[in-house]
Amino acid sequence: MSRADTVTVAAPAKAALGKGIPARRRREKIFNAIGIGSTLVGLIALSLLLFDLAYHGLPRISWDFFVNFPSRRATQAGILSAWVGSLLIIVVTAVFGVTLGVSSGIYLEEYAKRNWVTNIIEVNVNNLAGVPSIVFGLLALGLFVYGLGTGRSILTAGLTLGLLILPIIIVGTREAIRAVPQSLREAAYGVGATKWQVTRDHVLPAATPGILTGVIIGISRALGETAPLITIGALTFIAFLPTSPVSDTFPFISFQWLFDGFTVLPIQAFNWISRPGHDFHANAAAAGLVLLAITLSLNAIAIILRYRLRKKLQW
Amino acid sequence: MATRRTPQELRKMRARERAIEWALFAAAASSVAVTIAIVAVLLYESLGFFAHVPLGTFLTDTMWTPLFADPRYGVLPLLGGTLLSTFVAMLVAGPLGLTAAIYLSEFASSRVREVVKPTLELLSGVPTVVYGFFALLFVTPALQAIIPGLPGFNVLSAGIVMGIMIIPYIASLSEDAMRAVPNGLRDGSLALGATRLETALRVVLPSAFSGVASAFVLGISRAVGETMVVAIAAGQQPNLTIDPREPAATITAYIVQVALGDLPHGSVGYQTIFAVGLVLLLMTLFFNVAAFWLRAKFREAY
Repeated sequence: MSRADTVTVAAPAKAALGKGIPARRRREKIFNAIGIGSTLVGLIALSLLLFDLAYHGLPRISWDFFVNFPSRRATQAGILSAWVGSLLIIVVTAVFGVTLGVSSGIYLEEYAKRNWVTNIIEVNVNNLAGVPSIVFGLLALGLFVYGLGTGRSILTAGLTLGLLILPIIIVGTREAIRAVPQSLREAAYGVGATKWQVTRDHVLPAATPGILTGVIIGISRALGETAPLITIGALTFIAFLPTSPVSDTFPFISFQWLFDGFTVLPIQAFNWISRPGHDFHANAAAAGLVLLAITLSLNAIAIILRYRLRKKLQW
Repeated sequence: MATRRTPQELRKMRARERAIEWALFAAAASSVAVTIAIVAVLLYESLGFFAHVPLGTFLTDTMWTPLFADPRYGVLPLLGGTLLSTFVAMLVAGPLGLTAAIYLSEFASSRVREVVKPTLELLSGVPTVVYGFFALLFVTPALQAIIPGLPGFNVLSAGIVMGIMIIPYIASLSEDAMRAVPNGLRDGSLALGATRLETALRVVLPSAFSGVASAFVLGISRAVGETMVVAIAAGQQPNLTIDPREPAATITAYIVQVALGDLPHGSVGYQTIFAVGLVLLLMTLFFNVAAFWLRAKFREAY
């Protein structure tokens, strides 16, 4: 206190300082308002978007909309083949992408030595995350459709999206594994467990909720992707369902559906948007609404999971 | 009572451990194989294309009409469309994203931040096809009320919506960069009598400059590779223009347009999408490497 009293400021300087203060305070208040405004722009856009979709699409949503095939008549058209296609493709994507992604994450966190091979893999994963999704579509068109001959099928689509979400799942797995404290591993090693036993029985169970967050975000991303699937030549008008995975003859389970043609929710929505006329635009809005409801809930689950985890994790 | 393992059992265990390690390594290495496959496929099909079209023509011709009877193969109109829509998007996302980041990092209370950040994250869960619908059937009609004579397809509307899409991305990355600035710098500035705004603009922002710049560059990379919004709302005619009120096709929109048609495998028309895809990959790679370099520089500072 006493020291502050002894500080003397030259009179002119004091006057200059004093003059500026109200203006500087005002600027601060103005910026605060602009900052709140800028932050709200995204949220306002999200609500406008939701309102717009609901306004156009809600009247079209009914039981029939879910159990009807697409049709030339907008009011009779539904999304049956689209949601079945999305569901089957996501199964392939999840099996392929999660297996490969989680294994890669485990390797990079638990096994990899610090050497140039690991460096290349790490830089590569970061790089892959920045590759535009449509380029994955070109890869699939050249490699799967024409190279390996898997055709424009559910299998090709599932594999493509699996590769696309690989970086998301790898990064998510690594973050989750990194959060597991070292003491847990040391305790397990201490009683004679092998590396794989430590990983499988202790690290992975502890990291599961975190890994799940990354997987859910990846799945949600794959569900909303349109461009790579258009590139591999997904058909936009499909009025049939893939072969049933269950059959009444031996061996009762069929994998024929993997090689069937498909459409998915975002492609169906895109197809309806591209048509002139308001009737089909209503269908597009309704399909978009269904898609948005699914991806937003998945994202919300992932975000809640992550925030709860962050609070709970006090190792 | 623990039983001692026999040498055979131990050998079996070690073999299993090694097999698992190799399997996991194979999984991790497969991501490198994906990159190699991407480059190989694009290069292979592009080589077929460049056997027909000289590289010079591709880079300098100002017309892109590969599907016409009299085909012209100049990539400039597609490149121009891509850069123009990206420019509009950054004009929206840059200032808004940065302001939001400064607000969240330097002004907002931690409670506000805890509510706002997850909500902004939700925005990234909106499928791009839905943003496309929004651009074509909401933003364009709204803009038409302000700008008379605006065509139904235009770069402006697609760019604005793309910008809105990128705001959370730029805001979140920039905020991370600014929060990494040590509090000592802020305290020093505040102790000298600077306001929070002056501290944010003259101390924190310059210190976080490379991190913020990296966020902007990653935003650009995103906008360059974005497909559905421009394919739906910006039109599909290649058009070399700097007027965002006009329709113009981007590289991505062109690939979608061709993929929706039925071009025979191996034709020059089919190969065009790989050639422009290669250009797209090189552009995003350039921006991603630039962002990486900027961030690495940023880390050195503290």
